[in-house]
Amino acid sequence: MAVTPKIELSGVTKSFDANHVLKGINLTVAPQESLVIIGTSGSGKSVLMKCLNGLITPDQGSIKIDGQEILGQGRAALEDLRRRFGMTFQFGALFDSLPIWENVTFRLRHQQALDKNEARDIATQTITQLGLAASVIEQYPAELSGGMQKRVALARAIVDKPEILLFDEPTSGLDPITGGVIDRLIIDARERLGATTVTISHDMASVRRIADKVAMVHNGVIIWAGPAKEMNESGVPEVHQFVHGLAEGPLTNEKPATSPAKMATS
Amino acid sequence: MHGFVQNIGRTALNFLAAFGRIALFSVTAVRWIFTPPYYWQQLFRQIIDIGYFSLPVVGLTTLFSGMVLALQSYTGFARFSAEDTVATVVVLSVTRELGPVLAGLMVAGRIGASMAAEIGTMRVTDQIDALDTLSTRPMQYLVAPRLLAGTICLPFLVLVGDVIGVFGGYLVGVYRLGFNPSIYLARTLEYLEVSDVTLGLVKAAVFGFLIALMGCYHGYHSGRGAQGVGRATTNAVVSASILILIANYIVTTMFFGG
Repeated sequence: MAVTPKIELSGVTKSFDANHVLKGINLTVAPQESLVIIGTSGSGKSVLMKCLNGLITPDQGSIKIDGQEILGQGRAALEDLRRRFGMTFQFGALFDSLPIWENVTFRLRHQQALDKNEARDIATQTITQLGLAASVIEQYPAELSGGMQKRVALARAIVDKPEILLFDEPTSGLDPITGGVIDRLIIDARERLGATTVTISHDMASVRRIADKVAMVHNGVIIWAGPAKEMNESGVPEVHQFVHGLAEGPLTNEKPATSPAKMATS
Repeated sequence: MHGFVQNIGRTALNFLAAFGRIALFSVTAVRWIFTPPYYWQQLFRQIIDIGYFSLPVVGLTTLFSGMVLALQSYTGFARFSAEDTVATVVVLSVTRELGPVLAGLMVAGRIGASMAAEIGTMRVTDQIDALDTLSTRPMQYLVAPRLLAGTICLPFLVLVGDVIGVFGGYLVGVYRLGFNPSIYLARTLEYLEVSDVTLGLVKAAVFGFLIALMGCYHGYHSGRGAQGVGRATTNAVVSASILILIANYIVTTMFFGG
């Protein structure tokens, strides 16, 4: 019997005015699978990821989680759905005005009315699992290095044990060693939680470490998807160029990125 | 000629569209003010930021405005021997007009800019999206407490500003123009009515709401990068200042009719 995909997208399209970012995305992710989405800047990867947890509503198509359609549901259903997701953003998106312990336990505190001591204990436990010192919880995001911020963002994403983890360029801006550590933490977190993960990455070393499956987005469509180990033999010129980081080839990097203001949801 | 008419039409449509967006934004935000959960910590932080930290700038502005007003009205009224009305003119001008408008404009510069910059930065660094992913409504967490704090704090600031402004007039009246202190104080209170102070406070509440609304709206819809946040900040201050002057006339007219 076929296993129901954890995530299933069919014919997903999204445009911002005349800019057609997604032109019919079809993709499945199996339970506990690690999918990595690759593609040039402005190809629609971030928009695609934001569609998965309802930050952006697609114009057309279907997105199913565990076989349940999520599009067209009300705000309450969307919020219930989001509790099943954890997400990290490219630049961390930690709340500047809050100390680390409040950042990590933000959802728990607001959803479960945890008191401060409980929240501090949970934050300490989570960030020490990710290799940070316990004293960090009283610091503010601006006081931490980029690598530490990424770990705190990861802690915030996994603290309430979500079923699905979304990572938007988790190793961007990090040195290779710290990037390797973050990859290791992502793999550990996924195995510990039994979570399904979707990651956007440009870092091919990272892709090879964390991916079970790779999908390449180009011009708003998936041009190749398959097991990570088959990436080098895809036979698709764009994938070959991207994977090997070649300047010459069919891919150009001239497409304008989508305006965040137009992506804003209320 | 055709292009000229087209431009006028386009500008009018853009204006109406912007008005509609702001109206929708404010209705949504006001709805969240009255919907649980309530973010008391956020509200408290905003009250401290808007109310407490704006006191020096509002105090200094109204102090010197009251002082200048006393000097100028003395100069004018001396020309037709009405110098003894200076205290009355100062107190009525400060409570009905100068206190709320000057405090509003100063707070628009300080708080409107700060709100737009903070929320705009949160927008461009994905912190607003992060709130959404953490099952927290950004309008309820970020905007509603700021609107409520702005509406609550401005009347208190104006009340303090009124007292300081009148005191400024008193200082000049007594120590520069030679008025008898007791007579100056008696004249200050003689024609002052509760409705004068109320009018100022109603204006202040409206201004506080408008300042927070413009700060939040422009920050929330900030464009990308430092330039986008900078533009949002400028727009917040300019639009709040203009709206304060327009609202000032409207509220005055409403009370004037009564």
